[in-house]
Amino acid sequence: MMILAWLPFYPLISFALLIAFQRQLSWKLASVISVTTVLLSALSSGYLMWQLSFNDVTTLSVNLWQWFTLTSFDTGDTHQVNIAFYLDRLSAVMVCVVSGVGFLIHCFAAAYMKEDPHFHRFMAYMNLFLVAMLLLVLADNLVLLYLGWEGVGLCSFLLIGFWYKVPENAAAARKAFIITRIGDTALVIGLLFLFTSLNSLEINTLNTLAQGEWPLTEQRTFWITILLLGGAVGKSAQLPLQTWLPDAMAGPTPVSALIHAATMVTAGVYLIARMHHVFIQSPEVMTLIAWIGVLTLLIAGITALVQSDIKRILAYSTMSQIGYMMLALGAGAWSASVFHLMIHAFFKALLFLTAGAVIYALHHQQNIFKMGGLLKRLPVESAFFIVGLACLVALPGTSGFFSKEAIIGHLWQSPTAGPIFWWLAIIGALITSIYSCRLFFLAFMGSARENISIVKSDGVLIKASLSLLVILSLFGGWLNIDLTTVFQPLTTQVMKQEPSWLHSVAVATPFIGIAFSWWIFREYRLGNSTKIAQSYQSIQTNRVKRWCYSGLGFDSLYTHLVVTPFMFIAKVNRKDLIDQLVMLCAWYAKLLRDVAASLQNGLLRWYAAAFACGLMLWLGAWLV
Amino acid sequence: MTAIPLEHILILASILFLIGFVGVIVRKNALFILMSLEVMLNATGVAFIGAGSVWQQADGQVMFMLILTLAAAEVAVGLALLIRMKHQYRSLDIDVLSDLKGQ
Amino acid sequence: MIILLMIALLLVFALLAWRVEKYFIQAPKVVALIAVVIASFLFCFQLFQAEHRFEVWTVIVDATWIEAFNIKLQFSLDQLSILLISLTLLLAFIAIAISWQEVSERQGFYYFNILCAIAGIIGVFAASDVFLFFVFWEVMLLPITALIAIWGHENRYFAAVKFFVFTQVSSLCMLVAIIMLAFMHQQQVGQFSFLYSDWQQLAFSPETATFLMIGFFIAFAVKLPSVPFHSWLPDAHTQAPTAGSVLLAGILLKTGAYGLIRFVILLFPNASMQFAPIAMTLGVVSVLYGAKMAFAQSDCKRLIAYSSISHMGFVMMALFAFNYNAFNGAIVTIIAHGISSAALFCLAGMIYHRIHTRDLAQMGNLALSAPWMAGVTLVFVAAAFGIPGLANFIGEFYSLLGVFAVSPLHALLAALGMIGSAIYGLRLFQTAFHGVKRDNTSTKIEDLSIREGAICLVLAVLLFLIGIYPQVLLQFTFQGGY
Repeated sequence: MMILAWLPFYPLISFALLIAFQRQLSWKLASVISVTTVLLSALSSGYLMWQLSFNDVTTLSVNLWQWFTLTSFDTGDTHQVNIAFYLDRLSAVMVCVVSGVGFLIHCFAAAYMKEDPHFHRFMAYMNLFLVAMLLLVLADNLVLLYLGWEGVGLCSFLLIGFWYKVPENAAAARKAFIITRIGDTALVIGLLFLFTSLNSLEINTLNTLAQGEWPLTEQRTFWITILLLGGAVGKSAQLPLQTWLPDAMAGPTPVSALIHAATMVTAGVYLIARMHHVFIQSPEVMTLIAWIGVLTLLIAGITALVQSDIKRILAYSTMSQIGYMMLALGAGAWSASVFHLMIHAFFKALLFLTAGAVIYALHHQQNIFKMGGLLKRLPVESAFFIVGLACLVALPGTSGFFSKEAIIGHLWQSPTAGPIFWWLAIIGALITSIYSCRLFFLAFMGSARENISIVKSDGVLIKASLSLLVILSLFGGWLNIDLTTVFQPLTTQVMKQEPSWLHSVAVATPFIGIAFSWWIFREYRLGNSTKIAQSYQSIQTNRVKRWCYSGLGFDSLYTHLVVTPFMFIAKVNRKDLIDQLVMLCAWYAKLLRDVAASLQNGLLRWYAAAFACGLMLWLGAWLV
Repeated sequence: MTAIPLEHILILASILFLIGFVGVIVRKNALFILMSLEVMLNATGVAFIGAGSVWQQADGQVMFMLILTLAAAEVAVGLALLIRMKHQYRSLDIDVLSDLKGQ
Repeated sequence: MIILLMIALLLVFALLAWRVEKYFIQAPKVVALIAVVIASFLFCFQLFQAEHRFEVWTVIVDATWIEAFNIKLQFSLDQLSILLISLTLLLAFIAIAISWQEVSERQGFYYFNILCAIAGIIGVFAASDVFLFFVFWEVMLLPITALIAIWGHENRYFAAVKFFVFTQVSSLCMLVAIIMLAFMHQQQVGQFSFLYSDWQQLAFSPETATFLMIGFFIAFAVKLPSVPFHSWLPDAHTQAPTAGSVLLAGILLKTGAYGLIRFVILLFPNASMQFAPIAMTLGVVSVLYGAKMAFAQSDCKRLIAYSSISHMGFVMMALFAFNYNAFNGAIVTIIAHGISSAALFCLAGMIYHRIHTRDLAQMGNLALSAPWMAGVTLVFVAAAFGIPGLANFIGEFYSLLGVFAVSPLHALLAALGMIGSAIYGLRLFQTAFHGVKRDNTSTKIEDLSIREGAICLVLAVLLFLIGIYPQVLLQFTFQGGY
């Protein structure tokens, strides 16, 4: 049990060391410390995964200490909230993904960020992030989960704004934190609701309750699940809180890979999967999740079609892939969702890191319209990128194929989804392959449009970590994870008959997309510079394209709806209206004083007049 | 000799008093204020004498003598102050002397 | 007798600090430090010497003072008082440490005021004769006013007078209630009494109870402060010298919370129960309004001051929810806010000491030259916006949970305050430490000195400790009367 208890805390040691000694540590020592501690976590999680898979243990748990106690409102019993970890197949898979992919990305980052003057701080934040993420995944109760949840949010804020001198980066960091914070607040309210209704916040207890006789009314369940969903939507950048993710790409590339592709953004998916017994109680919310997923994946896909920044394309594709996971969750395809989460972590990390390597080689050029011809100039990176894209579009044989097919295959028959979701998901897959091809043609084919010399990166670490990710992306699909002990399938009444062409259409979709783009993007493919320049112009001039480019206008909508009124009220009331009212009393007292003082003007003749008037008044009163 | 009615005397006294009072209020020059004060004093003198003759008593005239001496003394002090004022402020404007009012 | 000794000692040392300046210019701070150290030792001695754990309000000093009105010199302690007195002593150390090099003029009188304020505050937390309580209530007020008026910033007279008038007017309401209660005691028992324990035996009609309760409530709501009585606080906190802000935010506001618990909720349980919806609403309004106003400020001390209003709104709301969770929440928030806001004011003071401005627009990119300062600021800002693992989260979570059980709507609205706190917290942190100044220059400042680092370290460690192991506080939780 010691292994489980220590698992999340190894990177914390590294964090403490790096923060305490900072530049006194050489680059070598600092990277060894930070990478090794992550490796320790990864090894422990591998060991625990092995235990869970091949021994008879189904769950492991360890209780570290009692955090605080809550008192039940109606019975007066106390309920302990512990710092405790709980490991079953689901959390084991997550831990392996987080620490494994985390390890590879740390290796990459150590080489990639070598020149940065704040290298130590960067690695320290990355380590802290992993601690929080592991706590989130291992948490035995929702409050501890929330600790990890906020922890990853804070680290994400710090890392997005890592190059804080650029105001845009700071703004992106702030935006990410505040928008996810809105979701987090929903989550907290959900926790309050859960505890007042069920007197427990332990995930196991809640799930057990949900498996037996569910004590809550439909309406309560609805609100609880909606609120939990709110948290998930914020963290996983789904509709309607999706706008922070593309801006979050302001951070260094390893951050985008680790936090905004592989791990943190999937926390929402994990939360719903973790609490799926509760979500099952509310079919409406399940359908809502499916809708959110499918809409997000379409919106993100459409937006990715017109982007010019390679990292933003990948960010939108992340959003859309998480949309698939959400869709799977909504359809009750729990294992498929978690499977896709894992596979996506592999290939998206690969894509981001390779993109990072490319960007580094091109002197921080991120605009795909200015790249071109990379296939010849950076053959190794191109090969890696092709593998990643193949997984993303789900070409048969790659791991992405297995996971995406698993999701799409569940949709038609699902009681909470249905044929319409299947069709939308297929359209989404089509869009995915189109934007992937567009990206590939523009950046890697044709000829170089800007004559920039290639910066050779010598990192063995970079190549090694990328190769490992390639292997995982290609063959990860054969990893057999059996989550049936964790997940409860949706109870289906009558099976709707699946049409026989269903499967072949799904398999054919990426090829149709590729063929379509082969034809429509032929100018890009052939490297026709004038055409490319024209279409780059048209992003700004064409209104439809501009609208798509801005993420379907959600940002400006929120700016007008929320931000501007908020700023307006803040500006109007900067002086504090209530204070002004209070100061009115003071002003009134001052007025009285002034009136009284003005009578004492020192002018003799005024005094005489006042004297006479007073006398006359007095006499008059006396006579009358 | 027909007796003058008391009302007439009192009206005369009031008019004199009013003239004096208006003089006090509207004049800025301290000298004129002093003179107006004299007029007011004389108005009371007239009222006293009239009342004395109506009641056939000497008290009214005694009072008038008193007022006369009082006025003389007052004018003596007042004129002395006036000279000091002229000396110090180079003006007889009474409003110059408003230092006691504070702010 | 020890508590009386503590207060007397602090007052005597206060006089000593004042006088000794004539002979040794640096001596007053040492005298002040020694006084607080001895007082802390005495306090620990008092706690260890007693056999019981102070679960109820136990009388420890009892002497006659003014016989004609049966006023006594009575002090009592229970866990709540002990907790708050400990906080007071801790922040007394911080206040002295933070002024160690900041204050150079009239040091003797400065430390005289600080020690007097601390003596008064300890008296407030320990007095169980209400007349005595009122005396201490006034005693703590004057030195703080003097601190603001003499060592404050540019607009100090205005702030000091505003502070003084607000507190005086509000404590007048309390005085009326106190006198009425003493007379009621005379009517019902035949003798004057100002003893809290005697008052608990009195019988009130509901209307009288409400009337008296409101009298106390206003005094403490102003001190807490709650909207709409809050407007003295931004001025006073902003204009006060750093140590003054630390004392004000750290402890003085807590006397309001303490008063609400002791004299409103425990003395008039039924009346306050009826008043609860209004009080909770005031709390929620404070939470949201404070957060909103904090965001709009450009003066960093003012920003922190408004954030205090927001946090104390949680306390007000939780206290009137009448359940264990909420009560725990209020207690933890009181302590956590005491520490975190004191820390933030210390940092604001350190920045002011270096660049002589409190205007956020004049800062920017301070993290480059002062990374440690940026780091600790982040910790305290994170505490203020309730990152779990730090003390404030426990308080907020408990409060929200307790309030949610009674009135979900209030909890829901108050939870929005968590978003608000993130917004102003990030604004404070980012504009000061990240980005660049508008004129594109960056100010180079010295990083934390060892003294400053130690102050921050102590406070940060306490926040972490309470955040991950709140049992240290909760075992104190005083539940008498609940």
